[in-house]
Amino acid sequence: MMDLITTSQLAAPDAAYNMIVDAHRGLDEKDSAVLNARLVFLLANHIGELSVLEQAIALAKEEL
Amino acid sequence: MAATEAGGRAAPVNASANAGPGMGTGSRKAFYQFGYARAADQDAFAATGKPPRHPIVVVGAGPVGMTVAIDLAMRGNEVVILDDADRIGEGSRAICFFQRTLEIWDRLGVGKPMVDKGITWQVGKDFLRDDLVYQFDLLPEDGHKMPAFINLQQYYAELYLVERIVELPRIDLRWRNKVSAIDSHADGVRLTIETPDGPYEIEADWLIACDGAKSPLRAMMDLEFKGEVFDDRFLIADVKMTADFPVERWFWFDPPFHAGQSALLQKQPDDIWRIDLQLGPEADPETEQKLENVVPRIEWMLGHSNFELKWVSLYSFQCRRIDRFVHDRVVFCGDSAHEISPFGARGANSGVQDAENLAWKLDFILKGEADTSLMATYDAERSDAADENIGHSTRSTDFIAPKTEMERTLRNAVLHLAARTEFARAMVNSGRLSQSVTYATDFSTPDTEAFSGSAKLGAPVPDATLRTAEGRET
Repeated sequence: MMDLITTSQLAAPDAAYNMIVDAHRGLDEKDSAVLNARLVFLLANHIGELSVLEQAIALAKEEL
Repeated sequence: MAATEAGGRAAPVNASANAGPGMGTGSRKAFYQFGYARAADQDAFAATGKPPRHPIVVVGAGPVGMTVAIDLAMRGNEVVILDDADRIGEGSRAICFFQRTLEIWDRLGVGKPMVDKGITWQVGKDFLRDDLVYQFDLLPEDGHKMPAFINLQQYYAELYLVERIVELPRIDLRWRNKVSAIDSHADGVRLTIETPDGPYEIEADWLIACDGAKSPLRAMMDLEFKGEVFDDRFLIADVKMTADFPVERWFWFDPPFHAGQSALLQKQPDDIWRIDLQLGPEADPETEQKLENVVPRIEWMLGHSNFELKWVSLYSFQCRRIDRFVHDRVVFCGDSAHEISPFGARGANSGVQDAENLAWKLDFILKGEADTSLMATYDAERSDAADENIGHSTRSTDFIAPKTEMERTLRNAVLHLAARTEFARAMVNSGRLSQSVTYATDFSTPDTEAFSGSAKLGAPVPDATLRTAEGRET
């Protein structure tokens, strides 16, 4: 089983953060939700590991 | 008929139809009418007060009950079938029969009329609004005698099964014989049966309950039917039209003619088209079935009014099963044991597989070639199958009818991506069409050596042409 990587993998963390924020800029809440949903599926497929996805969901759901 | 319900395995909210001349309200018009005949058992019971005993009694002359009866009779057993009705009603109900069911029916001598009459289709298309997002093609495989699927009205399937039964003297099919009470004990079952001539009683070594999703026998035995009932209602309609629509299964998410809901269109024999329209949880069953509401909706969908409405019904999705399929000598088979939502063609098809799993085992037991513990394997294998079918059906329902706005957003994200990416197409779920269950139970003992052929343990043997030592193909 592969473990979810939680150490920094991105050479430019600020750029990655801003890329996501910029993608949402100008969208209303509804369209933002649509964008997020599409991104989640694209990235989930790119990861391709159900166990990694499961760990990511668990971590993301903390305090929800 | 006591057996199955609309669209595979849905429960009609209201039996049916109020659509113009020829369509009565409240009950389905008879498509084929059979006669009640007094059975010798009735005289015997009246004379002696002693219930005549039979090895096998099947309750319910639907597709599943008739299949199990034919299978048992062809293995040399005497079978009594009791049905509370005396007709095959109109309304297509279960319309999609898959390869494994056809193979079983072929073995029982009814495959050919089903395939000859049925519509063979291969291509399915899923749309989001006006856009095609996904298309599948069930290509025929070389050497397969039976097609992947046929569409055929349940009344034709039942008619061909009745015609087959008439050829089998070992089957005693009794119309208008309604079981009103049963007394089940360790080595048999006593039944009280109501008829136009009054009640009589018989005993059975084995009672097979094929009396449908609302199974009166299950209620008489006070058995729980547990599971999920979904809020959304679906309108189902058969319309007759000669249209140049291709013979394909078309499914719309959020169709332009029915915003926010879903719709399914597929062809049946006799130029009958089956339409399923999702109505959402707020729909009022009485209002939705009214002609003035049904007809415009279908006109909108087809883009014209050149059709004749033959049958309308409403149903809700339900996924439920009983805990155990076998209770002493009472065996539940088909919808009485498990109710499965449509859009995957898993209702009648899984029932026919129940029937085939049960028939040879009961035959072995009755011939003394196995003891009654063999029945535990029926329970185990078909319970697993029911769980698998219910799992598929529940996931399809969640995809077709999202429960929250966010679920809808996620679902639509997949549909949006499906038009652009291969991975998302695999997630589109307008019904995962029925496949044979591979039994992964303790009874499928593993091979000791590696085997890489297409035949799998616990799965039906693949259909293929065999060549004899002399080189002759069979």
